[in-house]
Amino acid sequence: MKFTRKNLCIPYVVYLVLFVALPLIVLFYYAFTDGTGQFTVQNLTGFFTDPNAIGTLLYSFAVAIVTTAVCLLLAYPIAYILAMSSLKRKSTVIMIFVMPMWINFSLRITALKEVLTVLEGNLAMYPFLNAVIGMTYDFLPFMILPIYTTISKLDGALREAAMDLGANERETFLRVTLPLSMPGIMSGISMVFLPAMTNYVVLDMLYNSTYIMGSLIGSYFAAYNWHGGSMIALILLAIICLFTLLTDDDQGEVQRGGALL
Amino acid sequence: MENTNIIELKHVTKQFQDNGFIAVNDFNLEVKRGEFVTFLGPSGCGKTTTLRMIAGFDIPTSGEILLNGKDISKLPPYERPINTVFQRYALFPHMDIYQNIAFGLKQKKTPKDQIDRKVKKVLSLVDLEGFEERSVATLSGGQQQRIAIARALVNEPEILLLDEPLGALDLKMRQEMQIELKDMHDKLGITFIYVTHDQEEALTMSDKIVVMSEGHIQQIGTPEDIYNEPKNAFVADFIGESNIFSGIMTGKMKARFCGGEFDCVDDVPEGTHITAVVRPEDVEITKPEDGMITGTVTSVIFKGIHYEIAVQSGKNEMEIRSVRAPKVGEKVGMRIEPDGIHIMIAEDHTNRFLVDINEDYRLAYNGQLLDASLTKLIKGSRREADGRVVDAAGDVIDIARTKIEASIQPEDIKMTDNAEEGLVQGNISNLIYQGSHYLYVIHTDLEQDFAVYDEYLWNMGDRVGLIMPVEKMKFSMKKAK
Repeated sequence: MKFTRKNLCIPYVVYLVLFVALPLIVLFYYAFTDGTGQFTVQNLTGFFTDPNAIGTLLYSFAVAIVTTAVCLLLAYPIAYILAMSSLKRKSTVIMIFVMPMWINFSLRITALKEVLTVLEGNLAMYPFLNAVIGMTYDFLPFMILPIYTTISKLDGALREAAMDLGANERETFLRVTLPLSMPGIMSGISMVFLPAMTNYVVLDMLYNSTYIMGSLIGSYFAAYNWHGGSMIALILLAIICLFTLLTDDDQGEVQRGGALL
Repeated sequence: MENTNIIELKHVTKQFQDNGFIAVNDFNLEVKRGEFVTFLGPSGCGKTTTLRMIAGFDIPTSGEILLNGKDISKLPPYERPINTVFQRYALFPHMDIYQNIAFGLKQKKTPKDQIDRKVKKVLSLVDLEGFEERSVATLSGGQQQRIAIARALVNEPEILLLDEPLGALDLKMRQEMQIELKDMHDKLGITFIYVTHDQEEALTMSDKIVVMSEGHIQQIGTPEDIYNEPKNAFVADFIGESNIFSGIMTGKMKARFCGGEFDCVDDVPEGTHITAVVRPEDVEITKPEDGMITGTVTSVIFKGIHYEIAVQSGKNEMEIRSVRAPKVGEKVGMRIEPDGIHIMIAEDHTNRFLVDINEDYRLAYNGQLLDASLTKLIKGSRREADGRVVDAAGDVIDIARTKIEASIQPEDIKMTDNAEEGLVQGNISNLIYQGSHYLYVIHTDLEQDFAVYDEYLWNMGDRVGLIMPVEKMKFSMKKAK
């Protein structure tokens, strides 16, 4: 058999089948069957009629929204200042912000737990606050990096053009820099929002009683209810897909809106 | 007295803080209202930095920029009644054409109906009616350029700055836009300050050209002035094609260069070391016996309306433009009318001469090998195992087409009585006492004049050898034709 360029894609096809397509099929199968292997929508209706499950979903949303907002508020100024500065060693500074990611995750969270214990005394007193702190600490780099990249790739001439046309620094930021950094913001949001809804390991390690979607799925699988757990995972997947589609649309909207400010 | 200067730059200097580089040095210029002024020079000459200081993106280290008599050098760009057309257009990608053009007007809180009217008007000025709703990405380079001009012009600036605005366009589009820009300038009466490295563009459009090099103004003048009466060798070389020779005045309005003696129209004292500039179109090819000098044709290139001809005359090379083509290898004579010769008093006495590359790819002059590396001279080149030298692209260097010019300062040359000791031999044809040393002009056997400084007195007519250390020579590649 002759080797052609097409053969190069074989490993990727194998990867996609084994690690994307097959798991999805298995997920679908479990989500829509019961213990005897019969087709059922019981898992789906069960989720939406279970007030606890819905409550968890809403609460997860609240945690994720607040975490994302806090990350954005912290990350944007850092990314902006760094991208605009004439520092010679910008990449080093960025590395310092990103470096925590290279330190073992459980070590970081354990350290954070100790610090919070010293500050707060009893961690159980502020479950929501601690959840947001833990998640923000963990996910902040994912917000900084895309925003930094977007802003530093902006053509400096665009800002000069705005100033040339009569916009002062603040107006230049609002009418040009901010709207043009939207793609970075959107990609940062999508990288923080979903993990913030599901990453219950952070909370477990902080001895946090906050119950989020990830915790719910975990509990189903811990109880060997693969069918219910799969369904919740599938619902989350659908929500995220929806969210992504919406933000893609929004992005255009926001840019146009920004331009009309 | 009424002051018609719209903008004046006085002793403007810009030194960059991070590396101490002086981009613009003591720049002085007056621009009259409604003038079309062009800053012309090679990249890195400071022309764009000067423009940026007028726009307000860079603040001068020292000096004043007066707009209608008031110093604006410290004002931010948004407080100056000046607009810029950027090199890469810098249109806002998140806005449509209407929003781009309306940006400045909105900033000034112009009422909506007026904005609509003005945008419509300026779009028709740049010939893009009905483009309001289009997005930037759907426009061609030429169209984006027009929108960039419209976006600046709609604000009715007192001065329009254009930073190499046509650089990204193809040749035909560029020529069209040159005419359109000139028309716009005539129609609107706005002062244009234009930056370019393209001399043809500058000559076509400008009322006044400022030629710059290494942060200094070399010459300010009308296109005709600059072309016909270049102030120094740099300007002559940069504007149009020129033959530049080093030579000496041998009598009243008589100059010797390129191995011949010519009548000229510039009255420069006898014995002065000079630089002579001859435009290729001012050289007439004749029969060998009718020429003031003779030479051998080394290349003939057809250029459409004329031929570009290179003639080797002794050690000198003459570029000629002619509608008739001699044959390569033919012996020809050359005539130059007195008004075709432009004489400049040599301000620096740097000696420049062409050196040879032999078959072994080594540099040589007057039959003697020079200990200088050709591979170091040509960026990215290397010597192959078979001894040939190839350039960065891997093509063998064409010895016949590659010209290497060497330069050496007069203080680096030593004269010796033992003529054979020198790299080249000649007779002293002039000497001037310059306070601490004599300036000698040595007319060599290769029909070239060399300037040499020496503290001792030699006699006119003395036969000497010139010792020129290779390590003091600077080499540069002449553009291959």
